[in-house]
Amino acid sequence: MIKKGEWVRIHKIILQPSERAPQVPDDTKAVALEMWDKGFLKADANFGDEVEIETVTRRTETGTLIEVNPYYDHDYGKFIPELLAIDKQVRGIVFGGGKE
Amino acid sequence: MSKANDYASVMARKPEIMLKSVGIDYAKFESGSIAFDYEKMMRETGYTLEEMQNIQYGVNVGKTPIMELHNLTALARSCAPEGKGARIFIKDEASNPSGSFKARRAANAVYHAKRLGYKGVISATSGNYGAAVASQAAMAGLKCIIVQECYDSKGVGQPEIVEKARKCEALGAEVVQLSVGPELFYKFLLLLEETGYFNASLYTPFGIAGVETLGYEISMQFRERFGKDPDVVVCTQAGGGNLTGTARGLRKAGAASQVVGASVDLSGLHMASDGDFNKKSFTTGHTGFGVPFSNWPDRSDVPRSAARPLRYMQRYVTVTQGDVFYMTECLATLEGLEKGPAGNTSLAAAFALSQEMDRDQLIIVQETEYTGAGKHIQPQLSFARSNGIDIHFGDPKDEVPGKNIILPSHPSLIKATDIDLDNMRKSLIRTALKTYNVEEPTEEDIRFLADETMKDTAWIKEVIGTIQNEGVSK
Repeated sequence: MIKKGEWVRIHKIILQPSERAPQVPDDTKAVALEMWDKGFLKADANFGDEVEIETVTRRTETGTLIEVNPYYDHDYGKFIPELLAIDKQVRGIVFGGGKE
Repeated sequence: MSKANDYASVMARKPEIMLKSVGIDYAKFESGSIAFDYEKMMRETGYTLEEMQNIQYGVNVGKTPIMELHNLTALARSCAPEGKGARIFIKDEASNPSGSFKARRAANAVYHAKRLGYKGVISATSGNYGAAVASQAAMAGLKCIIVQECYDSKGVGQPEIVEKARKCEALGAEVVQLSVGPELFYKFLLLLEETGYFNASLYTPFGIAGVETLGYEISMQFRERFGKDPDVVVCTQAGGGNLTGTARGLRKAGAASQVVGASVDLSGLHMASDGDFNKKSFTTGHTGFGVPFSNWPDRSDVPRSAARPLRYMQRYVTVTQGDVFYMTECLATLEGLEKGPAGNTSLAAAFALSQEMDRDQLIIVQETEYTGAGKHIQPQLSFARSNGIDIHFGDPKDEVPGKNIILPSHPSLIKATDIDLDNMRKSLIRTALKTYNVEEPTEEDIRFLADETMKDTAWIKEVIGTIQNEGVSK
């Protein structure tokens, strides 16, 4: 049970595939337009429930409860060895003298 | 009685929602045909240069430093013919409060919103502009909602856009995230209607005029330091506001610098495609926005865009994703500067253009942006590799967007490829005739199209004649 007042993330379908704009490409038309938003839970609920939240602009938004205390985990990715090769090459040209 | 909120009904209410949320009656600038009075729109609804400077300096926006890139210039000269290799500079717009030049646009928009008594601002943007609006709204005590296109249908977010969501939230905004598709505009309209907030569009006169200070500063700073204006100013071209505002500011300073637009070549990838969304390593500053917004500026979220790049762009070049990644790494390893992607698109172009210019000439990239988790070359390349994009060294001219990223095996392979501006101008004229369903353009239309394309009326008439003949022969 997630308590009222907890900071949560919700998910909602905005447009079903059948409702999508005529100009979108076929692969986009085959899927729904989805939305995610965050806010304070307005009543006790469980994951997967349809809930109401109050966002930081004090709007009420509805959707399926999917996360509590949502956080970001984007990062600097995995090591890319090519970057070190670039460093070596251009430092060689500029500081090592002459063209490589 | 509650209004119908299905897609078609909401889109049909667009004109009234726009009028209420932007506060501009665009009808009074219209001629009833192709032409509208652009300068009147900029005058009556914008601010004077001095007013804009006061607004921006009051919120710590602008007066950003210009840096000379001595080692990058040396690298360019090592690749250039004898006597060639102009001095390369950047204007460090990353030192604005929100980390990009977009703070200039947002400062004006938010100032204007507050002056008109709006309680909050909304912007539809997946880019730096969101953070800029959030930052300015925080200072002004206004509420802020940013609507962004962030995820594909598998729920995978573009790392750079995820980072921008984080930054907007850190600055107090509500971030409404959507999956891929232009119907983002539908949710945007619903939010404007629900909240009554100001539409801090990127394309209003306030926003575009806000960038004029950037062009003006460049001229003043160069005159003070070198006694002359830069020979070339390179602007990363997406929606066109960056280039338009900068060029207008340069003109207001009386500078005759050549204005060059630069975009990352993403040809072949569809911008509204769910499948293509995460195959691109650049979320803006690419041809997917840069070309259509030049060919037809009035595709934006306001009836008449104040960003009209073909009025100001004297040359338009593309660079590859591999070129920009390589140049970003050069900036870090040779100049000790880690900066975000957008400015580095222009930097890759400037690196190539410098080699066409004399050594005593000056070329400036007019922006940098912040970098960090997600919006750094390491996560972008890592993300591309995990999506099956082949990354290797070679000749960037063989790069196929969405399939591979070719890092130049030598810096001399970095090239700025010209886009034929006359073709783009013709495309603009063709769309104008079609959009307004005009068979015989008025004299005012002809003069307007000449201004829109930096051409004379004789050229416009000739192009219109050709287009009309095509119609007959079909």
